[in-house]
Amino acid sequence: MKDAPGTRDYDWWLLAILATICALGVMEIYSATQGSSLSGMYMRQVRWLVIGFVLMFVLSRLDYHLILDQAPILYLIGLAALIAVLLIGRTHFGAKRWISIPALGELVQVSELVKLIIIIVLARFFGEVRSDELDLRDLIKAGLLVGIPLVLILKQPDLGTALVLMPMLAVGAFLAGLKWQHAAVFSLAGVLLVGAVFYPPVSRRLLKPYQRERITSFLHPENDPKGSGYQLLQSQIAVGSGGFWGKGFRNGSQNQLGYIPVRYSDFIMSAWAEEQGFKGVLLALGLYMALLLRLVQNAQRAKDRAGMFLVMGVAAALGFHVLVNVAMVIGAMPVTGIPLPLMSYGGSATLFVFLAIGLVMNVRLRRFVN
Amino acid sequence: MSYSFRNDNRLPQGRLAVASYVIVGMIGVLLLGFWKLQVIDSDRYTSMAERNRVRSIPVIAPRGRMLDRDGRVLVDNRPSFSVLLLRDDSGLVEKYLPVISDGLGIPMDDLKDQLYNTRNLPKFQPIIIKPEASDADIAYIESHRSDIPVLEMISVSRRRYLPNGFLAHAEGYVGEVSEQQIEASNGKLRPGDFAGKFGLERQYNDLLQGTDGQRRVIVNSVGKEVDHLTTQEAIPGKQIQLTIDYDLQLVAEQSLGARPGAVVALDPRTGEVLAMASHPALDPNDFAVRISNDDWKNLNEDPQKPLLNRAIQAQLAPGSVFKIVTATAMLEDKNPPENFTTFCPGYATFYGRQFKCYIFGKGSHGLAGLHKAILESCDIFFYNVGMRLGIDRLSYYGSKLGLGHKTGIDLPSEEPGLMPSAEWAERVYHRKWYAGETISVAIGQGAVITTPLQLARMIGGIAMGGVFKQPHLLKDAPNVGEERFALSEPTVEKITDAMYGVVNEDGGTARNVRLPGIEVSGKSGTAQVIGYATREKFGKQKKFEDNAWFVGYAPKRNPEIVVAVLVQESGKHGGEAAGPVVRDVIKAYYDKKNKRTPGQLTTENTLKDSGNAAAASKVRPVRMALKPQTGVAAAPTQAGTASPDR
Repeated sequence: MKDAPGTRDYDWWLLAILATICALGVMEIYSATQGSSLSGMYMRQVRWLVIGFVLMFVLSRLDYHLILDQAPILYLIGLAALIAVLLIGRTHFGAKRWISIPALGELVQVSELVKLIIIIVLARFFGEVRSDELDLRDLIKAGLLVGIPLVLILKQPDLGTALVLMPMLAVGAFLAGLKWQHAAVFSLAGVLLVGAVFYPPVSRRLLKPYQRERITSFLHPENDPKGSGYQLLQSQIAVGSGGFWGKGFRNGSQNQLGYIPVRYSDFIMSAWAEEQGFKGVLLALGLYMALLLRLVQNAQRAKDRAGMFLVMGVAAALGFHVLVNVAMVIGAMPVTGIPLPLMSYGGSATLFVFLAIGLVMNVRLRRFVN
Repeated sequence: MSYSFRNDNRLPQGRLAVASYVIVGMIGVLLLGFWKLQVIDSDRYTSMAERNRVRSIPVIAPRGRMLDRDGRVLVDNRPSFSVLLLRDDSGLVEKYLPVISDGLGIPMDDLKDQLYNTRNLPKFQPIIIKPEASDADIAYIESHRSDIPVLEMISVSRRRYLPNGFLAHAEGYVGEVSEQQIEASNGKLRPGDFAGKFGLERQYNDLLQGTDGQRRVIVNSVGKEVDHLTTQEAIPGKQIQLTIDYDLQLVAEQSLGARPGAVVALDPRTGEVLAMASHPALDPNDFAVRISNDDWKNLNEDPQKPLLNRAIQAQLAPGSVFKIVTATAMLEDKNPPENFTTFCPGYATFYGRQFKCYIFGKGSHGLAGLHKAILESCDIFFYNVGMRLGIDRLSYYGSKLGLGHKTGIDLPSEEPGLMPSAEWAERVYHRKWYAGETISVAIGQGAVITTPLQLARMIGGIAMGGVFKQPHLLKDAPNVGEERFALSEPTVEKITDAMYGVVNEDGGTARNVRLPGIEVSGKSGTAQVIGYATREKFGKQKKFEDNAWFVGYAPKRNPEIVVAVLVQESGKHGGEAAGPVVRDVIKAYYDKKNKRTPGQLTTENTLKDSGNAAAASKVRPVRMALKPQTGVAAAPTQAGTASPDR
């Protein structure tokens, strides 16, 4: 029952897709930062990727049932960490998101860890719902499970990460048998919330000034030629001027001359689209689609409901990241600070993705075992 | 199962399939978004990226130089740097403003004002926060290139004029172009460009200006130049050579000294202007950068009117110089006949009013004919001649000799003066001409006003026998105009004899102008600024002192040089105050012509004669750093060898 899964059981397709996306990312980070004070950043990204791969394999060896077993403790650890960040966290870019872990010697963004914990906690919770239909009581319980850390994250403030928790909950609830009536009610609530965020008298109470500014400049970019409206416009110019064939590797003027904001991180897709054109976008988005579909396939073949929820939680998080980030790059969504998984430069974000994929591998390796 | 939680293996395959469709749909929608940007609207974004990336930086064309008639440089350019503030990123500007204020020594309020005043210009257009960077500024900017990303420098070319206002009014000055000039230039001029505003700078702006080139460069997102695409070289402005003779100009400037007035020297054979000075002068170098509002206000409000080019803009009563017009009219009309004489008791009564001769109270001119009346400048004689001729004939001759209309010199803002007539009184004042006014006009008072240039042209033209060349400052000017007013030989003979006598005969009013070996001739004038009656009311204040005129030339017939000098409110007789200046200039002309040291000034005499020693001694000798362009021109060392014909 606990015989070690063989190497053949790993999802080599998934790994291949993953590796290709990472390669595109490293390539574009190199292009975006070469010749600047940030050159060499791509090597640091490679280091994160290597650490990520190792952690992924380590996590995949550990039976996910054992992890799910510890869900309540993990949840408490997560909450404790969030509170700790609020109390003692280092302030970066105007928000307390980082906590120093001496062993790693690097700053780790706690909310990335919390995303992972929420995926596990939700998988455990929804896995235990016995009925085919999700009743209101369970739905509210799940909402509270997500709601408490969400509020803590919003306090940092980190709107992007907080938003990611929502699709995890939504996808989990949907697969757990969410009733259409409840779905309708929650959709309506969601629409109202979004509406409120965009409606100044309400948003003034809900959002931080910089968040409101992002929203107004998204709605009226012409009023804010230098703020985030400018960032979106420059990103669109980069994407649009790339054309079908692109300007070529290390040849995008918007990218090379620094017109694209944080071109190596949140807006890396913009730099990629400028230099590689629509054909490059087709490749990148094709890979993301393949990755997500492969996750769904793994979910479909999971041994049990808990495993399925685990995989789909990962899929929900990654899918949401891709959607929000790419939509921002083409100017269809406001700036939220959500990076593009695997391509954007970033330690914590990269580690999160690999640990999440590690969970998926874990589920896959044990699909035939019982 | 060894785990503490319940689990089962029934999977919602239907809903998982839905998730797959959602994923495919989501990626599809995103791809559509990219398709729109990258394929449908690609051209639009490509040009936007291009506009981001490529910036055109003007390469300022240096203005053409001005040379004197011998090729010596009068006006050229010097290189300089302007400090630019890149305003693309208002956040950065805001951040660095205090540092910049400190580092370049520009008051914070000043910087903020400049930003406010230019808020409507496109953001990518940098503004000039310091038009003239000092060496310290340049060092500061160079050493802070990496940490103050919003500063930039451009090299510019500034106008350099000779110091102390040498030839300032004729040269004119440049300034930032006005709205009207920009509109009239068909896109050639942009705000902040410099163009000629006054004098020759304005007159020949199209020649001098040149065409700016441009450099197309690649700039990064903070506006720093990172690469360079193409350069379209500037086409420098054309150099112009003037008729001005540096040596004569120098003498004219020095000899006039600190007294307000003007000097114009012409070659009446060609119309070439050899010298043109107007004092007090301005320093056109003050305009070469950007004149401050205060300086401009002071210049405009200065009661001495330093902005006025008195040589062509001072319109004043010509006084006795006008008697040459009256005399010409008398001889040509033979009315009264040429042997007409009057007795001068110092005053005379016409139309019930008493008119004084200037000699009133100091003696009498006795019995005078035309020759003596010109020599001694007897007013009574010309009152009588004027009365007999009437205003229509005086006005006819005055106009024919060039009074009351512009000479057509190649300078902007020349004034026409006024030659009054009965028709003029009717047209302008809707009244009849009073016969008494004719009496005043006959001696150059009353309504008649002239500029120094007009008088130089007139006297020179009469001595040429009635040929009036259009005065001009551009050497090799095409189509120099010429007016002919045929005067009979006896008339010219008599008048030039008399003007020769003014200088060279006993009893002449300007014997101090005499030069050995040179037929210096001329006519003095001492003109009242206001009527005698008014002066008596206000007392003898300096403000109401007489203007001194002298128009001299040499030789007696077909002169090579004519010099008109105005010394304003000198309180002296024309021959006394203005005569020595004429003499100095004519002497310098002949000294140079005869290869003698130019400018052997009779300074002591000048100072004594003008009685203005205190003021004149304050004027430092004008020392110019001139590069002789031709070997011959300067020739300062061949001193002392008197020419054989002396």
